Amino acid sequence: MYRYILNRLLLAVPTLIGAAALVFALMRLIPGDICVVRLGGGGGMVDPKAVAACHAQLGLDRSLFLQFVDFIVGFAGGNFGISMWSGKPVIVEIGSRIAISLEIAILSTVVAVAIAIPLGTLSALRQNSWLDHFVRTVAIAGIATPSFWLGIMSILLVLEVSQLTTGAPWMPPIDYVPLWEDPLRNLSIVILPALTIGYRYSAVTMRMTRSAMLEVLREDYIRTARAKGLLEQLIVNRHALKNAMLPVVTLIGIEFAFLIGGLVVTEQVFNLNGIGRLFVQAVQNQDYTLTQALVMLTVTIFIFTNLVVDVLYAWLDPRIRFG
Amino acid sequence: MNAPIKWLATGLSMALTAALVATPALGETPKRGGILTYMIPADAPPSLDGHKENTFATLHATAPFYSTLIAVNPENPSSTTDFVCDLCTEMPKPTDDGKTYTFKIRKDVKFHDGTPLTAADVAKNWQYIINPPEGVSSARESYMVMVDKVENPDPETVIFKLKFATSAFIPALADPFAYIYKKDQLEKDPRWFEKNIMGSGPFKFVSYETGQSMKGERNPDYYHKGQPYLDGFVAIFAAKQSVRVDAIRADRAATEFRGMPPSARDQLVKELGDKVTVQTSDWNCVNLITPNQKRKPFDDVRVRRALALAIDKWKGAPALSKIATVHTVGGLVFPGSSMAPTKEEMEKMVGYWPDIEKSRAEARKLLKEAGAEGLKFELMNRNVDQPYKFIGTWAIDEWSKIGLQVTQKVLPTGPFYDALRNGTFDVTVEFNCQNVVNPVLDVAKVLPKSVYPENYGGYEDPKLIELYNAMLHETDPAQQRIKMRALEVYALDTQVNTIMTPWWNRILVQRSYLKGWKISPSHYLNLNLANVWLDK
Repeated sequence: MYRYILNRLLLAVPTLIGAAALVFALMRLIPGDICVVRLGGGGGMVDPKAVAACHAQLGLDRSLFLQFVDFIVGFAGGNFGISMWSGKPVIVEIGSRIAISLEIAILSTVVAVAIAIPLGTLSALRQNSWLDHFVRTVAIAGIATPSFWLGIMSILLVLEVSQLTTGAPWMPPIDYVPLWEDPLRNLSIVILPALTIGYRYSAVTMRMTRSAMLEVLREDYIRTARAKGLLEQLIVNRHALKNAMLPVVTLIGIEFAFLIGGLVVTEQVFNLNGIGRLFVQAVQNQDYTLTQALVMLTVTIFIFTNLVVDVLYAWLDPRIRFG
Repeated sequence: MNAPIKWLATGLSMALTAALVATPALGETPKRGGILTYMIPADAPPSLDGHKENTFATLHATAPFYSTLIAVNPENPSSTTDFVCDLCTEMPKPTDDGKTYTFKIRKDVKFHDGTPLTAADVAKNWQYIINPPEGVSSARESYMVMVDKVENPDPETVIFKLKFATSAFIPALADPFAYIYKKDQLEKDPRWFEKNIMGSGPFKFVSYETGQSMKGERNPDYYHKGQPYLDGFVAIFAAKQSVRVDAIRADRAATEFRGMPPSARDQLVKELGDKVTVQTSDWNCVNLITPNQKRKPFDDVRVRRALALAIDKWKGAPALSKIATVHTVGGLVFPGSSMAPTKEEMEKMVGYWPDIEKSRAEARKLLKEAGAEGLKFELMNRNVDQPYKFIGTWAIDEWSKIGLQVTQKVLPTGPFYDALRNGTFDVTVEFNCQNVVNPVLDVAKVLPKSVYPENYGGYEDPKLIELYNAMLHETDPAQQRIKMRALEVYALDTQVNTIMTPWWNRILVQRSYLKGWKISPSHYLNLNLANVWLDK
């Protein structure tokens, strides 16, 4: 097992270098200049001397080769550099936003798992019943509905309902406070995004749980267990569900990794200052260093999550051994 | 009443009306206390340094912490000529044939760390803004071309010596970005203010969460006695309009200070009734439609004239104002300024003729003469809804009425500026947006690239520069206005270097309990919150 993990970690190195080269090249292929965006975006006069000073300050007047070497050497040493937009270390920019993205990702995953596993299992156990039809309808609606739209609707619903019931429209606070500073206020901020994201996430997971369960329930060993007279609850929990979880865990892993940096529009709808919003800002502002660091962070999260999922396979299915 | 006087009177009456509308608190005694929460319609600004940045996001977050030498009058910000002292004791009368301005600096001003602010601080800051040392950048150096040097003969005096007398100096000096930093800190590390805040303004810095919020608390030692009225403020960054509208609706924020589209205003007024007030003003921002004269057939003035003649501004402006943040038909100069053209003056220029059928017939004739009938081209636009895309779509529809086939290409800000600077477009929607209304400098946008780097028309024209310089150096207001008209007619009618679209309309919806704040023609002005109070 340890050797397998080591191999996987070593294989991550060329993946990371490839991603680094790709993002470095792609960012520079996009036409534009961060200094012009910064100094001229407001519509006033842009002093060419100020643009030149900005280029020199950001190191954009150096050759692309030198810029790439700097990036790779810095990344290898754990130094992501300075954000070209804010002048702050990239690690500080990401650090100040990762907490909220992680919190939303974890809460959404909890919501998704809490809904998807029981309902997906029940749906498989009662195949073609009214319950199954209901669960499948809810799941398809969840997949078909964009999270950001659901987010906008949920805020409007809260506003309308509060206005109707109390006479004064209410919505959750819009200035984020960390969980450890004010748990109640924090939860009131993150609960709506977690629910709206969790719903779509649960829909995908629910369908996967159902189909995996249906497949497992038709296996010979389940029939054997039933023939032996084992309790149905025991068959489902111990033998069917655990084996059906393999593809579900993979899906949960991929979705979780996506949630860290992929909630671009949803974070804007709820005014959450997370990694997804930072990603968009970095690309829009043509902040090369920050975009590069965020891409590398995302790649690393995906590699790590996939590794964790693979390790979980062995725990879920003892037949799987990593050599 | 002759035309200029009539328009001056109209401008003044507009300003007065705006002031009256914007003064719900007239006669009321300001109440002390409370925290004002407002929204900043942007993501995090690049830095907190006013000297280096051009974005309103920096100003909206940091203006309450700083003082400036002079400012637009916060009690009359809709006026384009009313400037008052902030750090000085009295607005000076120029001497030396208008080339020397001597400012006396208040003695009772302290920085937030308790050290006194002197004329040496003011002089050093302006020296850095006008003539930044090696390695230091100043976004406002170009605006101060008229200044020769800044002197500080004693601890209470700052003297500005100009290269030439000009009416552009005082408005340029009232630049809201021209914060006065502590001299010692500025000299020690000119980049310190990019990430740190230490001023002498009405509020002291409390905290800044990048891209999230800025917080400030009342400065008890503020030199304008009795102010500020608020205990503090919280400014929340929210780039998405729906968030800001919902926040005002649910009273999570009292307002924003940039501007909203008519639909947002209508929604909030409908839902909140008298719990909100609305302030509106012409805005010192305008979209221009600029043909690239380095590309055929836009090097032919007949084609450019045809483009201008096809657009019905008089009918388009009121229609567009219902859905977009535009309102007033104008020329090169901000419509609220005494230097702006009258309607009669405008109607003589192409693109402003009152008879649109005659105008379009002339456009078709010109296109035929130029061999450009049924011309197909691409209109480049910026990926910003209000009002860019509305303007672009409107112009394309207008051009279709003379047989032109135009498609719209919308680009994000970075690639958009890249295309502008490299001249890789046929015709573009661009913009001119300034802070203090300073017509003499604001119209420099039409000057060739060799003089004004942000001109994208792709032309060089010595006569245009000559006309501009004659106007710039003219000190008699009446003569200057005449020379401004000559420049305008040459740029918009004779050469049609650019086509003006209706000037922007600034609409602000605020919770009714927010008092004391008055709208100005720019979202960069009147933001230090010293005279704002909450009627709660």
